[in-house]
Amino acid sequence: MADILRTALYLFISVFVILNYGLLLNGLVRKIVARAHGRVGPPIWQPWLDILKTYAKRSAISHGVMFFLGPIFRLAGGLGTYLFIPAIYGSVMFANLSFSGDLLLVMYFIFFGQLGMALGAGEGGHPNSAIAVGRGLSQMTSFELPFALSVIALAIQYHSLSITEIVAAQQGGILNWTIFTNPLATFAGLFALLGMNMHSPFDIVLAPQEVPIGPPTEMQSSFLGILQTNRAIFLSAKLVLFMNLYLGGATNIFAMMLKTFMLYMLSVVVGVSFPRFRTEQSIRFFLGVPTLLGLAAVIIFML
Amino acid sequence: MKEIIQRLKQQFTISNVNQQRVDLTFLSVKKEQAVSLISYLRDFEKFSHLVFLTAVDRVEDIQFQLTYMLHNYNTHQDLGIRVLIDREKAEMASIHHLWKQAGTYQRELKEMFGIDFPGSPRVDESFILEGWDNIPPMRRDFDTKKYSEETYFPRPGRESHDPESYMKSKLYPEGDA
Amino acid sequence: MTKETKHNPSILENNGLPEFERDYFCDARPEQSRPLAKYIEKFLNWARANSLWLLGFGTGCGAVELRPLMTARYDMYRYGIAPRPTPRQSSVFIIGGYASVKTTKRIIRSYEQMQQPKFVIALGSCPINGGMYWDSYNTINRIDHYIPVDVYIAGCMPRPESIIAGFDLLKKLIKEGQAEGANKYIENLDWYKANQKKIIKDWNMPDYNW
Repeated sequence: MADILRTALYLFISVFVILNYGLLLNGLVRKIVARAHGRVGPPIWQPWLDILKTYAKRSAISHGVMFFLGPIFRLAGGLGTYLFIPAIYGSVMFANLSFSGDLLLVMYFIFFGQLGMALGAGEGGHPNSAIAVGRGLSQMTSFELPFALSVIALAIQYHSLSITEIVAAQQGGILNWTIFTNPLATFAGLFALLGMNMHSPFDIVLAPQEVPIGPPTEMQSSFLGILQTNRAIFLSAKLVLFMNLYLGGATNIFAMMLKTFMLYMLSVVVGVSFPRFRTEQSIRFFLGVPTLLGLAAVIIFML
Repeated sequence: MKEIIQRLKQQFTISNVNQQRVDLTFLSVKKEQAVSLISYLRDFEKFSHLVFLTAVDRVEDIQFQLTYMLHNYNTHQDLGIRVLIDREKAEMASIHHLWKQAGTYQRELKEMFGIDFPGSPRVDESFILEGWDNIPPMRRDFDTKKYSEETYFPRPGRESHDPESYMKSKLYPEGDA
Repeated sequence: MTKETKHNPSILENNGLPEFERDYFCDARPEQSRPLAKYIEKFLNWARANSLWLLGFGTGCGAVELRPLMTARYDMYRYGIAPRPTPRQSSVFIIGGYASVKTTKRIIRSYEQMQQPKFVIALGSCPINGGMYWDSYNTINRIDHYIPVDVYIAGCMPRPESIIAGFDLLKKLIKEGQAEGANKYIENLDWYKANQKKIIKDWNMPDYNW
């Protein structure tokens, strides 16, 4: 019993930290992009204010059961992704539940939230939601391919699907990191990360000026608040996952923050540099070079 | 331009030919001949673009004046065709078969002036004024100020001036200048 | 419609809708929202004031004047103001200039779809007293007869600086807890509805757009 309570406490702290870290990243990047535009930009604490304000709305409109469940599935997807990844290697508090699930479960959770959200947004009934859900699911299917190939390559390389073991195998010097031992799989995975983070040129789901903000068009008040919470958790969860897989994990929180920040900046730099793809361009892109890189990585380790 | 007018005069009874600029000419034509004249201009004289179709309310003469403005892309000539129609029984043949977009102009004229264009697509649907139940607002016997004051809760204390006399008194307070 | 519902004040009649459509729409009356305990509400008001999401609905020429606010020169993001494309998520509605009757219908629909608390800024002379369209047959003179307004910004059109000053005033009002336009609207719903129906002749929407 005490064990369970302690785990629950640790999980709570871990989620709390990662939520705030996600919001911090968000605010930081808004500020950086604003500075790149030559603006002052919103304060770094703006994401906290936004999230607080959305939860503080006094009324909310629901469109049905699935509309309720949509954001909850999304949050479950985000939490599930995060909770089965060890955020910091060797730390008891931030190991989360990584011993109970492997990489395949995490990949499932990445997909799960989006599907739930698709159903919820569909019940909202706004045409833009449906269009954006179609775009999002097709794009997700296409970037899942290089990511899955990359994961297969890693599994062959490390003879394991457990994230903790993959991180353990990369310890002991920078040259043991996957990015140096298996660069092909790393690049395939990083391309998939660009798609997952949905920054330009892959922001075809939220796509301002096209299908303004897409799936959450009808979401408001605490529905939107849950989505915002999830966005922060899911963002940092993805970054932590990729850090564990390709950048050798982290042994303390500062290494974790540094590495995930660098990973996120990759998305941000690509995002401010390139205009948006159309849906079919995005799908063709993922099925091209990234998939070939993934295939090459698998074949090399099969030989 | 003169040659075109000459050729038109052989087939149609046109009057009041007035060349306002090198590239802008107006002429008047009878209501019955208007559509065939416009078709002729479009098909044989290359006036392929309908710039606008509008109306003027000549309430004193109990008439509406329709102006069809056509443009020739080869010579960059504008040609305005004026047609006078009866105000009491305001009806005109539609030209939506020549230009699809004319249907929109005719819808607007129907709503704003009450000029009917039988056969024009969606001409009876409301265009801008959804559910208007007064006389068409662009007719000059419609008192827009009175209607606005009765309908839209004018804010008390607002001052309005006649622009001409007010600007005169502000700009030239000494007297006429 | 039965006799009981006709005199039931807690149910909206939705007279404008055809009979078979009435089932699709909610006919409950909106309810006023109560603020929470004093200090919690103060804290939440502070958050609301610093995270103002505009509804991206340009109702008139004033919408053009809002664009410079987003650019690097005026940069409204530094005040926590951001545009939002859907009324469901936005909290500030800017009436950008003149509102024709046709637009007013859309303004009312969008305003009612926004979630409480919601704030309205009337931009320019036209929504305040009619402006240069005061004697037009199709342009309303006072927007505050159709939806409650928190802040008026006069001018034709106001410069971005004065719009920012207007936002400052709105923030002050929110922090003091005085920006309760949504509750005012619901309290005087019958008066507002009578005014709206006086000008919107083809009322083919429910009486309250949830």
